[in-house]
Amino acid sequence: MSTAAATPSEPTPPATAAATPDPEEGGRFALFNRVAQGELGSMRVLLGLIVIWTIFTVANDRFLTSTNLVNLSLQIAATGMISIGVVLVLLLGEIDLSVAIVSGLCAAVMAVLCEQHGWPAIPGILAGIATGAAIGLFQGSVVTRFGIPSFVVTLAGLIGWQGALLWVLGSTGTVNITTPAIVDLAGTFFTGATAWIIAAIVVALFAVASLDARRRRLAAGLAAATPLVVAIRVAAVAVVSFGVVAVLDQDRGLPLALVILIGFVVIFDYIVRRTRFGRHILAVGGNEEAARRAGIHVTRVRIMVFVLGSSLAACGGILFASRLLAVNQSSGGSDLLLLAIAGPVIAGTSLFGGRGTVWSALLGGLVIGSISNGMDLLALPSSTKYMVTGGVLLAAVVVDAAARQRRMRSGRV
Amino acid sequence: MTATTNGEPLLALHGVSKRFGAVQALAGVDFDVRAGEVVGLVGDNGAGKSTLVKVMSGIYNADEGEYRFEGEVHNVRAPSDATALGVATVYQDLALCDNLDVVANLFVGREEQSRGPARLLRSLDEASMEKQAAELLQTLTVRLPSVRQEVGTLSGGQRQSVAIARSLIGEAKVVLLDEPTAALGVAQTEQVLALIRRLREQGLGVVVISHNLANVFDVVDRIFVLRLGRKAGVYEVSETSQEEIVGAITGAEFGRNGDGERGEQATGEATR
Repeated sequence: MSTAAATPSEPTPPATAAATPDPEEGGRFALFNRVAQGELGSMRVLLGLIVIWTIFTVANDRFLTSTNLVNLSLQIAATGMISIGVVLVLLLGEIDLSVAIVSGLCAAVMAVLCEQHGWPAIPGILAGIATGAAIGLFQGSVVTRFGIPSFVVTLAGLIGWQGALLWVLGSTGTVNITTPAIVDLAGTFFTGATAWIIAAIVVALFAVASLDARRRRLAAGLAAATPLVVAIRVAAVAVVSFGVVAVLDQDRGLPLALVILIGFVVIFDYIVRRTRFGRHILAVGGNEEAARRAGIHVTRVRIMVFVLGSSLAACGGILFASRLLAVNQSSGGSDLLLLAIAGPVIAGTSLFGGRGTVWSALLGGLVIGSISNGMDLLALPSSTKYMVTGGVLLAAVVVDAAARQRRMRSGRV
Repeated sequence: MTATTNGEPLLALHGVSKRFGAVQALAGVDFDVRAGEVVGLVGDNGAGKSTLVKVMSGIYNADEGEYRFEGEVHNVRAPSDATALGVATVYQDLALCDNLDVVANLFVGREEQSRGPARLLRSLDEASMEKQAAELLQTLTVRLPSVRQEVGTLSGGQRQSVAIARSLIGEAKVVLLDEPTAALGVAQTEQVLALIRRLREQGLGVVVISHNLANVFDVVDRIFVLRLGRKAGVYEVSETSQEEIVGAITGAEFGRNGDGERGEQATGEATR
């Protein structure tokens, strides 16, 4: 369920009081098997990221500059936001092929309301997100009511909502964004003290959460992480947080869009791993029949996930519009769908349901974004870019499927 | 897990009939299980074992008959009604989520939320659930590498044990086990049979459906034989033999002249 690396605060699982190691469970090769079976997907993707960054840094020394990294974080903010919704849908064992175009449509709804009908920014943004929620409610209801594979329903959506996008944009086909609050979403950067305080708050919250989890486990008489382990984890988070701020602060600063993305990742990671609703998503994704027999309202869970998936797509579309300062007929088109789904899958979220983390949206977005950004710096033609991106996705899917086959061969599903 | 007294049946069915179209799956069947007792439910394919269990677990509503729990008549219309009474069912397919760990599987559908300030965040109370899980598994002497291990990585016997243990979270008084030893190896079968004996020691009523008569004789107190939707007899394990049971199951005549005859009237009542 939970994966290593970026997932915070879960102390190492202790053995039970009744625990005696079962001879059937592999000893020496356990770690290797777990990596091979894709359970340490986050570890795998961090290694991949290091390789990719090394290659592009060698190829072009501008890759690892502050300026480029600020660009990179802006580029992944919108896609990563859409990917969070994709992760939720994938955890159910479903797919949503309409997320990209829904992001464009919802951004168009917001843009038309704010720019052409004089709505203030906040109601406009909320209307955009509500459009996404309504679309998710509709598609989720069709999937669950008629038992049609989500792939088909959302494929119909992919085409249908494209038409709706053209209709909303009207004859001009493009709406420029000038409303200040919307422009500010991608145009705000935290510099100096503000950025450092944000990083400090992140580290402090992580430390408090870790210590609280430890305290509760000790209170229940369970084995908990030692203070040293907690300290190492907090230190690691501190290094990453302050490191990111230090690098980005040398250029324009810490982008608000990145803060929003990370905030959403943390919130949805919490929902998936720490709340009843999240547990029910994983249960339905793991064994729908078992979930139903356990009294989980499967239909409600699935519809809710589609609503969240489309709403998050809307949020991503709004971030996109803010960065490009316009919504046009190609919003949500091109390779956005591919990138939004490829990211989480590359970072270890399974297409077969039940396995994955919300962090894979961020990590996978970073991998895909780095490849795309690096190839732009090298001025590679679109033909090469598409082929490389497609190849990376295929490789990731093959790794996922191979991990599943290995699990099935060892008697696990 | 309550007192271990024999005597009054915990769960009793009287005159239960169930028809599917032209097929009379159950015809006037009486069945009962007492606290601290393991009852084996045997019969050939199509004898009505599954139908009877599904009536007990609330999946099917009987066309006729009475459902008594602790002496009182109850109207059990859905699985949740049976669960609420304290009748838990472990299905043959186990219904486990392989992607979740043991604790999560034990509590799936009835997760506990934190109290105190963490309640505002609607956080699951993992510490409490893990503690209860470890305690439960310890009372049942179920051995697992870790309660935080993914269920998909466990062996067949361990998975069966987790599925049975799950039925005891909440206040189960009767546990229905559908083919608990099918597809298990010798050692793992022994694990599960030992677990069934411990359920009896804890004072639960246990119903075991099985094709494997050797296993049945190993663990049960009474054997209830169904044939063609009717009760073909009830036998005390100590007073019968496998041959006699096979005779009752198949309806062959070579069954020794025991107290369990075949047929509708043969409510042999060897037990009381």
